[in-house]
Amino acid sequence: MDFFRNFPFFTIILAMVSGPVSSVLSAKKARILSFAVVFSCAVLSALTLVYTLGLDGPFVYTMGRFPAPYGNEIRAGVLEALMATFFCIIMLLSLTGGLKYLEKDVPAEKQNLYFIMINLLLASLLSLIYTNDLFTGYVFVEINTIAAAGLIMIRGWGRNILATAKYMIMSLLGSGLVLVAISILYGITGHLLMSNMHESVGQIVAQKTYVEPLIIAVGLFSVGLAIKSALFPFHAWLPDAYGYSTCASSAILSSLVSKGYIFLLIKFIYRVVGVEVFKMTGADDVLFLFGIAGMIIGSVDAIMQTDISRMIAFSSIAQIGYIYMGLGLGVEAGMVASTFHILAHAAAKSMLFVSSNGLAEVSGGSTNYRDLRGSGIRNPAAGIGFLAGSLSMVGIPLFAGFTSKVYFAQAALLGASFGKEIVTLIALAVSTVLNAVYFIRMSISVYTPRMNAHYEDRTFRAGKAYSLSIFLFILIVLILGILSNPIFDWISLGLKQFS
Amino acid sequence: MSRIRSNYDSSFRARFRRYIRGEEELKDVDYMPLFKKQMDEERAEDERATEHYLVPPIKDPMEDARLYAEYSGIKWFRRLYQVMAVLLCVAICAVLIYNIAFMPGFGSEESPMNNEVSERYLSQGEEETGVTNIVTGLIISYRGFDTFGETHVLFIATIAVMILLKLMKQEKPVVAEGEEEGGDIILTTIARVLVPLIFLFGFYVLVNGHLSPGGGFSGGAVMGAGLILYSASFGFTSTAKFFNEKIYDIVKVGSLLLYSLLIVYNLFTGANGIASVIPLGKAGEILSAGLILPINILVGLEVACTMYAFYALFRKGAI
Repeated sequence: MDFFRNFPFFTIILAMVSGPVSSVLSAKKARILSFAVVFSCAVLSALTLVYTLGLDGPFVYTMGRFPAPYGNEIRAGVLEALMATFFCIIMLLSLTGGLKYLEKDVPAEKQNLYFIMINLLLASLLSLIYTNDLFTGYVFVEINTIAAAGLIMIRGWGRNILATAKYMIMSLLGSGLVLVAISILYGITGHLLMSNMHESVGQIVAQKTYVEPLIIAVGLFSVGLAIKSALFPFHAWLPDAYGYSTCASSAILSSLVSKGYIFLLIKFIYRVVGVEVFKMTGADDVLFLFGIAGMIIGSVDAIMQTDISRMIAFSSIAQIGYIYMGLGLGVEAGMVASTFHILAHAAAKSMLFVSSNGLAEVSGGSTNYRDLRGSGIRNPAAGIGFLAGSLSMVGIPLFAGFTSKVYFAQAALLGASFGKEIVTLIALAVSTVLNAVYFIRMSISVYTPRMNAHYEDRTFRAGKAYSLSIFLFILIVLILGILSNPIFDWISLGLKQFS
Repeated sequence: MSRIRSNYDSSFRARFRRYIRGEEELKDVDYMPLFKKQMDEERAEDERATEHYLVPPIKDPMEDARLYAEYSGIKWFRRLYQVMAVLLCVAICAVLIYNIAFMPGFGSEESPMNNEVSERYLSQGEEETGVTNIVTGLIISYRGFDTFGETHVLFIATIAVMILLKLMKQEKPVVAEGEEEGGDIILTTIARVLVPLIFLFGFYVLVNGHLSPGGGFSGGAVMGAGLILYSASFGFTSTAKFFNEKIYDIVKVGSLLLYSLLIVYNLFTGANGIASVIPLGKAGEILSAGLILPINILVGLEVACTMYAFYALFRKGAI
């Protein structure tokens, strides 16, 4: 069984090595390799999850000949393994669902480059999940940023390149702030390993020596990652970046890339500064406020759109707001709810992007509301996927979104301060209604038959891979919604193992 | 029982239904012609829509970007955005300057950075990794995984530039074949003297990385600069005689894969407590320090390729 300890390392290396290999392969072979890598990473991560559940606590894995504070190390607990498994599965399904559109959107000569980006993105996500060293985290944040930029611009439209430029500027600002924060923290703690930093931070707070730099570093780190994951005032790059890229890119970007950063932030809160110190700095209140603002403003913006991709992109801003609101609640239950929402949102949002591309396909390629009318009838698989995703986003019982909203409300009622409790409940209610306005509208519109039969193409078939991916997406959303208890327990256990 | 209302069109229900359908508000007057017109428009739009499937409204990417930038968003808001961006930068600068006042002094003895970690690097680094240049030992041996990631950052950056700039077969090259042959006489004469020296120096920095300041990244950058100088003065055609896309692929992917192999060996054996069979040798000799020398050379090749690839992609859209 001890061999299982190598699996996180294997997944990272497998994904990294497959990148350079893909660059000399043909598009088809690169695609096969990429699918094989993502699939085997999912299997290995699932085995790691099984293994960690059998252990008493997390295990550390020395990356090299030298033990922790001197060399690199990764750490795998229940939560890390769960996230890794989930991210691999979502990536696999997004690729399966988006494959058809990828072939249309990306020129054949550049398709192998796309899969290099996918492989290295996976490697960076896995490293962000498993890393126990803040600087290793930064290195992979860099890879993640560049890979995401590649995924956005590969479609080659002018607006994609413009969106990439916006994304790069904002994202590099975020990376810069994160790097500055890491340097400050290194300056005052003398360590880069999370466990040692945690000890030093405890001493700093006890001795009150470097409290100001600590507060500034925590602030810069949180803001840096908030910019990268599009928290409300820094969201301007997001709609263009998600809205116009190819199907698999939008699905992966919205569900995984931003979530990887949020997971790093959760790790930072627990493993580096500690929840109590994080609350002391006041960063949680700031995240809470902007999270709430994002929930409302993202939804209002989404209502004003006339383009389905942009609508879903704006809805992402609202959902990121939910996650930050949970982080800002300042209670354990809020963190658990946020982590659960990472899963719930990732599954539903990637499904929405995949299905909206399917709907556009039977509407002459247009993503405009008018053209999409009745498309759910023309492409049943995409229609059902969109409906299920919408229901989850709005928060209808049995779907994942409902469960996470219940957890958020519970977290607010149990333990959060009175002010935050009231604000959270009101914001949840308002945001749910706003979500319902645009998602239910779109769902009704998608299932309203057109008056003229111009588009009625009875020969359209969605394709087996596409339907399978939609089916599995719905399954995941339902599992997260109905059988949430074991997953919830794993997340709580994993977060306990963090501290 | 609901009664039939004469003003159904302006009722909330009717407006809501129209909103769901995405229709425009209809005026009370003369209903049928408007409806017909709308149907016609819809049909025309349907026909147009099928044409532009997955093709942007404007074919030229630059034009599309320009128009999109000009017509999307709200004008005054963009002004506000610019002002806010400047304010944000000023605020960040202010915070960072304020922060300096509280940081431990630069090079001060009490700084928390002077702890057991740096002490071990300095006191045992030579013994444990076999290097006399501790920095190289630190980045390639102690924190080898970070450097492995960092090398992949360079790799993925080249791929990203390739996505953006690499010309496809049907596109016209930016620089026509043989256009810049011969070059400038001053440039070629000086390059003839300098390029061998630059290569030699780069190679020296590369292979002495474990003995003196330098290593893969700096040596590779020097060699890359030499390649760029060569192709700038003698043209791409003469460069292609010894460095074309095929050789580039072989060197780049080969060095990365070999590097991966070495690092996997290092990490896997280290983590599982298997003793390494590679001797560290005597510190200070050129053939010492175990895997550090080959890794330095491989990283150097990768960096040189990256440097040249950026240049070539920007100049002519191919390697």
